[in-house]
Amino acid sequence: MHPALQGLLTIFIGVGGCIGYFYFSNQFLDKVLFPARGPNAGRNINRANMIRPWLFLAPALIALGLYLAYPVVETLRLSLTDRSQGGGFVGGANYAQMFSEPKFWEALRNNMVWLIVVPAASTAFGLLAAQLTDRIKWGNIAKSLIFMPMAISFVGAAVIWKLVYDTRPAGEEQIGILNAILVFFGNEPQTFLTIPFWNNIFLMIVLVWIQTGFAMVILSAALRGIPEETIEAAIVDGANPLQIFFKIKVPQIMGTIVVVWTTITIVVLKVFDIVFAMTNGQWETQVLANYMYDKLFRANDWGVGSASAMIIMLLVTPILVWNVHNARKEMR
Amino acid sequence: MDNIAGKKSGLSWAVHISVVILVALWVFPTLGLLVSSFRTADQIASSGWWASLFPTEQTVQLRTAAPETQLREGTLFVIEGNLFDEEGIERAPISAWGTSARDVSAFAPGDTADMGDDGRLTLSEDGTYRLEGDVEFEGRRGERVFITKTTPPEFTLQNYRNVLGPDNREGMLKAFFNTLTVTIPATIIPILVAAFAAYALAWMDFPGRALLIAAVVGLLVVPLQLALIPLLKFHNEIGIGKGYLGVWMAHTGFGLPLAIYLLRNYMVGLPRDIIENAKVDGATDFQIFVKIILPLSFPALASFAIFQFLWTWNDLLVALVFLIDATGETTVMTKQIVELLGTRGGNWEILATSAFVSIAVPLIVFFAMQRYLVRGLLAGSVK
Repeated sequence: MHPALQGLLTIFIGVGGCIGYFYFSNQFLDKVLFPARGPNAGRNINRANMIRPWLFLAPALIALGLYLAYPVVETLRLSLTDRSQGGGFVGGANYAQMFSEPKFWEALRNNMVWLIVVPAASTAFGLLAAQLTDRIKWGNIAKSLIFMPMAISFVGAAVIWKLVYDTRPAGEEQIGILNAILVFFGNEPQTFLTIPFWNNIFLMIVLVWIQTGFAMVILSAALRGIPEETIEAAIVDGANPLQIFFKIKVPQIMGTIVVVWTTITIVVLKVFDIVFAMTNGQWETQVLANYMYDKLFRANDWGVGSASAMIIMLLVTPILVWNVHNARKEMR
Repeated sequence: MDNIAGKKSGLSWAVHISVVILVALWVFPTLGLLVSSFRTADQIASSGWWASLFPTEQTVQLRTAAPETQLREGTLFVIEGNLFDEEGIERAPISAWGTSARDVSAFAPGDTADMGDDGRLTLSEDGTYRLEGDVEFEGRRGERVFITKTTPPEFTLQNYRNVLGPDNREGMLKAFFNTLTVTIPATIIPILVAAFAAYALAWMDFPGRALLIAAVVGLLVVPLQLALIPLLKFHNEIGIGKGYLGVWMAHTGFGLPLAIYLLRNYMVGLPRDIIENAKVDGATDFQIFVKIILPLSFPALASFAIFQFLWTWNDLLVALVFLIDATGETTVMTKQIVELLGTRGGNWEILATSAFVSIAVPLIVFFAMQRYLVRGLLAGSVK
C-alpha cells in the first residue's frame, strides 16, 4: 500500500478509533453497566461518574506509561544487564566500562560546557532582544525575525551554519562569511570545526541561535507584565535606564528567567542532531546524546548505551523534581 | 514609559542600531543559504553569497570578427559587429576596455584605440564596435579585446529543478512526501487523545488527579533518549518493527505530555459557569466536552498542533530509530540532508537547495501561525 494512503488510513483509524472509543465506552457505562434508571439509579449515576474520568484518561495513560514511564525503568534494567541483547544481570559492569572510556569523559565534559554556555547565552541574548525590541516601533518585525530559527530543524541549522563556517584554502576566495571577514582583516582562514575546544563553542552558537527566540518571547511577555508603578517610582527617584533594567526589572522577572534557563537546559541535554550532522563527535566535540547513539546503533552495545542514557536522565532529574515541585505548589 | 518626564531618551538611536545588528546576526546565516540555493555551482565556488547581491565587475577577453568578414568602404577596410555576439555570451554594459593584457582598462566606452598597423578600434558601451584599417586585415582570427563588464545579480531556479526533479539522485522529492506522511498523523492523533485526558484532569473530580498532573509535568522533561531501546525492542516484539506505524506511535507518545499539559492549562481557565450550566441542563460529560470544551479550546489545540508539526517535521532521531530501515525507502528529509552533508559536503548548490526545501514548510507554518505559537509557548513553559 502506498505510504500516503496508509497515512490517510491511519488518520482515519486513529481519529475514528479515538472518537469511537470515547463515544461507545461512555454509552456502555451509562446504558449497560450503570444505567441511570431502576431502583439503584442514584447509586449507578455516582458509580458511573467515578469511572468516567478513567475512561477519558485511559488512552493517554496507556500511551504515556508505555512510551515514557516504562522505558525509564527498562533502560535502567538494560543498563545493568549484559551488553548482548537479553543478557544476564552484570551489576555495574556497563557503568565501569563506560567510565573507563575517554570518549565518555570527553562527552560529559563537553556537555557541561554546553550546559553553562547555551542557557546563559540564549537567556542573555533573549533578555537583551526582549528589552530592546519592546521599545521600538518595528519591534514586532524584529522579534519575528529573531524568533524564526525556532522553526528551522537542527539539521537545517547545521547546514546553514556549515556554510557560515565554510573554509577554503588560503589564497582562494572564501565563501564562508566568517573566514571572508578573517581574510579581509588580513588573517589566515581557519577550519572552525576542527579546532579542539573552540569547535564546541562554534557548535553551541548554532543552538544559541535557535533558542534565543524562545527566551526572547517568554521574557518579553514577562517584561510587559511588570507593574508600571515600580518603574515610574524608580524614574522619579532618578534611576538611570541601566539601573532600572538590572535593579527593578530583572529581579521582578527572576522566576521567568529561571523557567527559561531550565527549559533550555533540558534542550541542551538532549542535543543530538547538531553534533551528529556537523562533526559527528569528531575533533573532540562528542556529547552524551551522540555518544549514546554511537553506542546503541554503531557499536550495538545496548548495555553501555543504556548506561549513558541513564546519565542523561540523572542530569535531567533535578529539573524534573523542581518542575513537579513547582507545579504542585501552584495547584494548591 | 521610559520617557514619562517628557524627556526623550537620547539613547533611542543606539537602541535602533543594536536591534538592527541583532536582527542581522539572526537573519544572515539563513539568508546566506537561501541566496546560495539560487546560484549555480560555479558562482557559489567563486564568490561568497553576499557578493551575488550586488553587480559584479568581471574582465573577459573577447575577439572581434575574423578578418574574412571585412568590408571595404572607400579606402578603408572595416570590420563591424557586436563583441558579445561574436562569442555568443550575454550582453552586459562595458565599463572599461583595452587591447593589451597589460592594461585591460585603458579606454572608456566610446573611445577609439589606435593600434597602429592593426587599425583603429572604436567600442561603445553596449559592445558594438567598428574596426577600421588603412590596409587589409590579415590573419585567421579577430583582434583581441579585453572588456570589463558589469554583470547584474544573476539567479537561477535550476537547483530546485534538479533537486525536486523526477530523475534526481538524492531522492528529495520522495523524502518530502515521506516526511509529510510521518508528520500529519503524528500531529493529529495525539491532539485527540490528549484533549480527552486534559478535560478529565481539568474538570472532573477523582482521587489521584493531582498526582497524575504532577506525573505529566515530570514526564514533560524525560529525555526521549531513554525510550529508544526499550521501544525498539517493544516494536520488534509486537511485530511492527521499523516503519510508519512505529514512528506514528512513538511521536504520539512523546508528544502527549506537552499536549496534555498545554490543553489542561487552557481548559482549566475556561469559565466555570458555562460548564455548570450545561450540567444543570442535563448534559453529560461527553456532550460537554464535544460541544463546549473542544470548540472553546481551539487556540490551545492550534498551539499544540503547530508545536507537534514543527517537532515531527524537523525530527531526525525518532525517524532514524523507528522509521528508516535498511532499504532506505522510508527515508525522511532530515536524514537525506545529513547524508548529503557527508557525501556531497562540497556541493553547496545541492545541499543549500535540499536544506531549503525542508526548511520552507516549517517557515511558512511559522510565519502564518506565529500568534498561536507564541501563545502556546507562554502557556507551555512550566511556571
